[in-house]
Amino acid sequence: MNSVTSSQYLPESTEPPLTRHFRAEKFDFWSFFFFGLTGLATLFILGILATILLNIIINGWGGLSWHFVSTIPKKDFFDVHTTGVLPMIVGTTIRVIVMTLFVIPVGVITAIYLTEYAANTSLVTRIIRAAVNNLAGVPSIVFGLFGLGFFINFVGKNMDALFHNPTAVWGQPALIWASLTLAVMTMPVVIVATEESLKAIPPGLREASLALGATKLETILKIVLPQALPGIMTGGILAVSRAAGEVAPILFTGAAYYMASLPAHLTDPFMDLGYHVFVLSTQSPNIEQTRPILYATVLVLLMLTFALNLVAIIIRARVRKKLRALG
Amino acid sequence: MGIHRGHQARTGEWLAEKFIFLVSLSAILMVLLIFLFVAREALPIFFGQANTALVQKPILPETLDQHSPAELQAYLEITPDEYAKMTPAMLRDLLSVKVDAQNDIPEDFRNDPDAHINTTEWQYLLQPHRWNDYAKPEYIWQPVGQIKKFNIIPLIVGTLKVTLIGLLFAVPLAVGAAIYVSQLARPRFREILKPAIELLSGIPSVVVGFFALLVMATVLQSLFHYQVRLNAFVAGIALGFAVIPVIFSIAEDALTSVPRNYTQAALALGASRWQTAWQIVLPAALPGVFAAAVLGFGRAIGETMIVLMVCSASVMSWSIFDSARSITTTIAAEMAEAVSGGAHYRILFMLGALLFAATFVSNMIGDFVIHRFKQKLEGKR
Repeated sequence: MNSVTSSQYLPESTEPPLTRHFRAEKFDFWSFFFFGLTGLATLFILGILATILLNIIINGWGGLSWHFVSTIPKKDFFDVHTTGVLPMIVGTTIRVIVMTLFVIPVGVITAIYLTEYAANTSLVTRIIRAAVNNLAGVPSIVFGLFGLGFFINFVGKNMDALFHNPTAVWGQPALIWASLTLAVMTMPVVIVATEESLKAIPPGLREASLALGATKLETILKIVLPQALPGIMTGGILAVSRAAGEVAPILFTGAAYYMASLPAHLTDPFMDLGYHVFVLSTQSPNIEQTRPILYATVLVLLMLTFALNLVAIIIRARVRKKLRALG
Repeated sequence: MGIHRGHQARTGEWLAEKFIFLVSLSAILMVLLIFLFVAREALPIFFGQANTALVQKPILPETLDQHSPAELQAYLEITPDEYAKMTPAMLRDLLSVKVDAQNDIPEDFRNDPDAHINTTEWQYLLQPHRWNDYAKPEYIWQPVGQIKKFNIIPLIVGTLKVTLIGLLFAVPLAVGAAIYVSQLARPRFREILKPAIELLSGIPSVVVGFFALLVMATVLQSLFHYQVRLNAFVAGIALGFAVIPVIFSIAEDALTSVPRNYTQAALALGASRWQTAWQIVLPAALPGVFAAAVLGFGRAIGETMIVLMVCSASVMSWSIFDSARSITTTIAAEMAEAVSGGAHYRILFMLGALLFAATFVSNMIGDFVIHRFKQKLEGKR
C-alpha cells in the first residue's frame, strides 16, 4: 500500500467542499439497519462472554478459600465443608508442563525445517503442511481414542511385556500418556506460531551471519532462534491455554475419578480440574448443595488457565526486553 | 529462504539437517498413526469378524484344530494379540467356559429370534430392524442388555441435529460481527473488539458445558416453554458459543484480506459504507466466509464435552426439543464401560474413525477453498 491518498490529487477549490458532502449524507434506513444488525451481533457475542465470566466470578468467589485450594478431599468430594481441589490443580499443572516439554522441541524443530530448510514447493513440504492443518482439525475425542489405542494399548502394553512387569505399569491410563496425547493435539499450535515468528525475521540477518562465515546451523542456533523466542513463547502460551481446559483427550488416557494422594510418578493416573468440573456437574447426588463448590472449581480452572497464560506473557515480555537490550 | 550453503558441508551440519528433517516428518507420522490406531481397533467390524449373537453354533473344545484363528478370535471376542499369547490348553478352557455359558441361556431366550442375530453386521448398524416385541422396524442404539443393538443412525442424526442448530446460531452472529469489526467499526474499537471476541475461545469447553447445564438450560426453558429441560436445542446453542470464535477469526481474516482498493473504489463512486461492505467486500470474501462455516462445522461435529454434559439420551427424533446423543458423546460416555476388545469397544472406535474421516474431509474442503481464495485475491492485485 502506498501512502498517497486520493485527496492529494484533487484541485484546491472544489465546489461544494468534499467533506461537507459526506457529512450531509441523508438518513438512510438500510445503512442504519445494517450498522445496527452487525453491531448488535458483535454486542451479543461480547454479552455472552461477559455473562459467562461474570456469572462464574460472582457465584464462585464466595466458595474460594485457602482451605479449598490446599486440601486433598476425601472420597466424598461433594461435601461443601471438607472438599478441596489441590490434587486437581497439581494434576492439571503437571500434565500441562510435561506436555510442553514434548511439544515445544518437536514443534519448533518442525517449524525450523519448514521455514529454514524446506523448499516451499516441494512435495514433502506440502504434505507436512497438509498434515499440520489436518492435525489441527482432528476432534479432541479422537485424540483420546488415539491415546488409548496407541499409547496405552500399544506402546504401554508392549513396554510392560518388554520389562516383564507382572502387573500393568505402563499399559494403563497415566499422567505421561495424557500429556503425550495432549502434546500431539497441540503440535500444530506451536508449529504455526513458531513459523510465523521465524518468517518475521528479516532475511538480511541470516545473510549477514552466513557472509561472516557462520554455518547454517550456527546461524539458526545463534541468530534466528534467539530472535524468534518471543514467537515460540506465544506458541507455548496458546498450546498451554488450549490444553489446560481440554477434558475429552484425557478421559481415557489418564484422568481419574478419585485419587487419595497426589500423583507421585508419571505412570500414575491423576485428578484433573476440567474432568472434576464434569464429574461435579453431572454425577452429583444433589446439584443444589454442590453448586458452590462447582462454581468455585470452575473459577479455579479459569484462574489457572489465565495464570499459566500470565506467566508465559511475563516471560515473553522479559525476553523481548533482553533482546532489545542486546540489539 | 534463498540462502544456500556456500562452502563444504560439514558432517555435523549434515547430520543436524537430516535430524531436523526427520523430526519435521513427525506431523505426518502422527496423522498416519491416529488413523492407523483408531481404525485398527475397529477393523473386526469392517471385516465382519465380530459376533454378538447370543446363541451361536458352539465350537466344542475338542474341535479346536478345525477352526481358523480368525474364527476363534471372533467367537471368543479376543484380540489377535491376546490370541497369540494363549496356549491351546487355555483356548480349550475358554471354549468350554463359552459352551457352558451357552448352555446356561434360558429357554425363552433361545426362542427369541433376536438372540441368533449378529448385531454388528452392517445391515443392523445402518438399517432399521424390527426387533422382537417391537411393532415396527426401528433405529435403536442400545449397547447394554442381553441383546445389544448398535444402530448408529440415531447417533448420526443426533450429531447433525446439534451441529446444525449450533451453526444456524453461530454463523450469522459470527459473520455479522466479523463484518462489523473488519469493515464498519472505528480502528480504535477494532483493536479492542477483536481480541475480546477471541477471548471466548479461551474458555474451556467443559466450562461452556457447565454454564449451559446450570444457567442456560433454565433460562431457555423459561423463554421457550418446552417440555424436556435438557435437549438438542440447548446443546446446539452452547455448541454455537464454542464455534463462534473459530468462524469469527477466519471470516474476519477473509474480509480483511480483500484488497483496500476495492473498498476505496466503491467509496469513491459514492457508495455508502454499508453498501461497500454488503455489495463489494462480502461477495469478494464469500469463499473465505464459506470456508469459515465449513471449518466451524468441523469443529462443532467434533465437540465433546458440551453435548456430553447437556444431553445424552439416544432418541431417534428430528425434533430440536428432544434429547439427542452425538457420536462424540457416545464415545466419551460409553468407552469406560465397554469391554476392551469387545464388539461395543470396536464399534466405538469405528465411530471415532467415522468422525475422523468427516472432519478430515471438512478440513480439506475448508483449507482448499481458503487457499484458492487467497490465490485469486493475490492474482487480481
